[in-house]
Amino acid sequence: MSKEINDTIAALATPVGEGGIGIIRISGENAIAIVDEIFVAINERPLADRHSYRAIYGKIIAADEKIIDEVICLLMRKPHSYTKENVVEIQCHGGMMPLKNILALVLSHGARLAEPGEFTKRAFLNGRLDLAQAQAVMDIIKAKTDAALRAANGHLSGYFSSHIGQIREPLLEMIAHYEAIIDFPEEEVDAIDNIQVMEKIGELREKIKAMLSTANTGRILRDGLITAIVGKPNVGKSSLLNLLLRTDRAIVTDVPGTTRDSIEEYADIDGVPLRIIDTAGIRQTSDKVEKIGVDKARLYIDKADLIIALFDGSKELDDDDKEIIELVKQKKALIVINKNDLPQTIDESYIAGSCELNSIIHISTVKEQGLDELTAAIKNIVYAGNAIGHEGEYVNNVRQINALKNADAHLQDAIKGLDDEIPEDLVVIDLRSAWEKLGDIIGDTVNEDIIDEIFSRFCIGK
Amino acid sequence: MFIAGDYDVIVIGAGHAGVEAGLAAARIGCRTLLTTLNMDNIALMPCNPSVGGPAKGHLVRELDALGGEMGINADKTCIQFRMLNTSKGPAVQALRAQADKKNYQNRMKEVCENQENLDVKQLLVEKILTENDKVSGVQIETGEVYTCRAVVLASGTYLRGRIIIGEKTYDGGPIGQRAAMALSESLLNIGVKLMRFKTGTPARVDKRSLDFSKMKIQPGDDECRNFSFMSDEVTREQVPCWLTYTNENTHKILRDNIDRAPMANGIIEGVGPRYCPSIETKIIRFPDKDKHQLFIEPEGLNTNEMYVQGMSTSMPIDVQFAFLQTIPGLENVKIMRPGYAIEYDCLDPLQLQPSLEHKNIQGFFSAGQANGTSGYEEAAAQGLIAGINAALKIKDKEPLILKRSEAYLGVLIDDLVTKGTNEPYRMMTSRAEYRLILRQDNADMRLTEKGRMIGLVNDARYERFTNKKTKIQEITKLLQTTKVNPNKETNELLLNNNLSEIRSSLTLYDLLKRKEITYNSLQEIFDIPKISVEVEKQIEITANYEGYIVKQQEQVERMEKLESKKIPADIDYADVANLRDEAREKLQQICPISVGQAARISGVSPADISILLIYMEQHNRREKQ
Repeated sequence: MSKEINDTIAALATPVGEGGIGIIRISGENAIAIVDEIFVAINERPLADRHSYRAIYGKIIAADEKIIDEVICLLMRKPHSYTKENVVEIQCHGGMMPLKNILALVLSHGARLAEPGEFTKRAFLNGRLDLAQAQAVMDIIKAKTDAALRAANGHLSGYFSSHIGQIREPLLEMIAHYEAIIDFPEEEVDAIDNIQVMEKIGELREKIKAMLSTANTGRILRDGLITAIVGKPNVGKSSLLNLLLRTDRAIVTDVPGTTRDSIEEYADIDGVPLRIIDTAGIRQTSDKVEKIGVDKARLYIDKADLIIALFDGSKELDDDDKEIIELVKQKKALIVINKNDLPQTIDESYIAGSCELNSIIHISTVKEQGLDELTAAIKNIVYAGNAIGHEGEYVNNVRQINALKNADAHLQDAIKGLDDEIPEDLVVIDLRSAWEKLGDIIGDTVNEDIIDEIFSRFCIGK
Repeated sequence: MFIAGDYDVIVIGAGHAGVEAGLAAARIGCRTLLTTLNMDNIALMPCNPSVGGPAKGHLVRELDALGGEMGINADKTCIQFRMLNTSKGPAVQALRAQADKKNYQNRMKEVCENQENLDVKQLLVEKILTENDKVSGVQIETGEVYTCRAVVLASGTYLRGRIIIGEKTYDGGPIGQRAAMALSESLLNIGVKLMRFKTGTPARVDKRSLDFSKMKIQPGDDECRNFSFMSDEVTREQVPCWLTYTNENTHKILRDNIDRAPMANGIIEGVGPRYCPSIETKIIRFPDKDKHQLFIEPEGLNTNEMYVQGMSTSMPIDVQFAFLQTIPGLENVKIMRPGYAIEYDCLDPLQLQPSLEHKNIQGFFSAGQANGTSGYEEAAAQGLIAGINAALKIKDKEPLILKRSEAYLGVLIDDLVTKGTNEPYRMMTSRAEYRLILRQDNADMRLTEKGRMIGLVNDARYERFTNKKTKIQEITKLLQTTKVNPNKETNELLLNNNLSEIRSSLTLYDLLKRKEITYNSLQEIFDIPKISVEVEKQIEITANYEGYIVKQQEQVERMEKLESKKIPADIDYADVANLRDEAREKLQQICPISVGQAARISGVSPADISILLIYMEQHNRREKQ
């Protein structure tokens, strides 16, 4: 089913991680009401009471009363806005976190993430742009949608689609069972034990929660890609770290109250936030704790989303190197061979033979060579082989998180309904909504599936 | 060429679709001819002797609300009524009735014969005549021609019908009737695309040969029920059905003879419905089930024929005998008519517009099994719409197209013309996304006003409807504005009536939302008027399920903007750059009338819809310039 054309949409209006100010744009009938739910002006007057074209200073506040950011809201009432709808633009600090958090908050209050080119589309449909611009709008929609689709398909081939499938399948079974009972009350369809269904839905909710907390794509945006740089002493870990941090305005955080081991630093690698762990360990080159890189590698192997395994290209592989190779192969690891400015003696065919699935990148931290390749390889890991622009990367992930949360909310309603002993056909409304939301993520919501499932599972007929 | 007569509308076939189409067109004021292969078989029920059930019963109620005949006819002639799904929500409760087949036919025949503007004739139509892709008449097998401006094809399973019983096959219609063998070719010649479907029916057995003491009785409801909003029957003689089961012996006989089943030996080519499998299909597809239920249902009050519901089969006669005799109560069964399968031609409904008019042949409408559906109710529903729209076309008016959010009728037709079907299509409540709004109890509220505008709803029905509607509004307002305060007197009253007390000031409407409180119980405590059961029900349901109903209404409203964006009929999709090829192809084939319909076509993505919207806006502005 197509997206509705008269609901309220939101999206980032500025690229992620660039510029000192970020803008979130919200357009649609409920734009003002939605922002009023999360924004408190300095004088506490709601936007609903304000005139058009005002810039209002205040704070964005999360559900737990936590202040997310200080912002300025620009209010544009319909029809005097770009889309000719009610528009609010929230200007916040340009970093990754505030932008992302505010957008998430806006979405959780009832806005929908805009499709590619949707603001412009609305502007045109509402009579804003001239005819000559229409073709351009269509081109944008097509290009961006194709890119987003490719990206989505990339994600979906692996983790997401199989996990979502694991939630949707039992859900479909449940729906079909209820529907069979409803549509064929005189047939011999087994009765349903609602208590069991509630337990089952509970399990599915757990799965969704697990996905929300561990799904790479989702977590990368929320917390950054947990990255470990491993390797023996003196292969250049520290230099690589410095190089990565220098590639962008890195936010260096000393998390208070944490042990030295977990000190982390963030680097924005072309839109992908890297959360590099144990930077302290890397920095202290003469640290006795860091006996050898192997132990570190073993420690991080399951904790990290990305392992950058660093080797010295000017030396031959020793047993420690080989042990590290054993540990990281089959994992989300990049094999980085440093010091390619020196004569190479490393046995690369050995590495290539062991690590068929990993990319091998050559760099020189001294000459600062090979960083583009490394950046590309990191993005490749995050986006599963689909290079796309900032907006697309971001959109996909927020969309998925949002759909998962929505699905979860519907499941929660279903449990509540069962608990209140409301009729099953009403419970099915929530189950179907959850099933459809999950289907949205993988682009698959076909009513006919339910009917197929009914007939394949139940013997029905006169 | 002998011109035997001239009509506005000619309906081909007088089954459940045909009679509704003929009656509707005539009642709207068109000179209408209803043709049938056999005057004695008007509104014939060649399969199960029942009407209604989930979604099907909803269709009957909707058809009735619009001024159709099936509901009234069933109320007048059916011999058992049951409300199904009573333990479930109001949206899926549905009425099902056992019909007296002969009485059902006789009354419908009488109504048709006495309908003003309607002629009923026994004629076998062989040819549809067209001029410039416009219907101009029909030719009968005996050569004469009837001219007309619109045709409604309601040919049921008669188009090139072929009966299959075991190894024996022959051309024919259901239960010993003729088939329409030549009409298919004429349809192909005027450019209609045909498919071939199959369906089947069980044996009819002699009541005197059955031992009912080995079966479980299935009586009707004590409460007298009616399909029609106009029926006031309060008492009715009811006849029970009987429940019994197959067993391992039954299954063994079927398994041992499975190579003699026509579906196994390749005699049957047509596609059968999944929800109506033959007993041999059930045994193969669900080998783990150790028994299957069957209902023995009377075919009428004045016959000993009993319908063996659940045992549809096209096995050879000896096998039919053998397996039926293994069933408790049927040990000495005498078969009066054997079960059989029937194959027939039908239209691919994707050729039709939502008005049920063919996209390329003006004035050619079709309805019922001819459109690839199954079921009397589905047929009648389409017949009504096809008849209405044929008449509206003659009168140069806009067709009646019901939305998915307005009626099962809308869901049915939208599914057919948007998604098509690859098996006989059956209506199910699970096909309706706005199920909670499309209840059988509010069919009149949804549709009677429309029926009135078309001219199908007579004064009596309209008056009854407006009275009910006014009453609902009045009482709802009264309940919503009457406040009760949590004082001692009120709470004592509540407690005395076994209801929990209130802590804050509430309206009576709020009170009604409580699970344990009905309008009746409120009436015992507070001074509110006595009202009819129907009005009570409406108000209670609306109050009880308000949350869910509001949710669904919001969904409807969100889709409304897309639904109301009409796509111009002359749009050339080849001209819409940026559409994906698959989408372009599908849009060209289906020619959706609205963007909402376009969005439901499989293979048309949201991005394609955006592009379509922009193209249409571009187009509009150019027109204005």
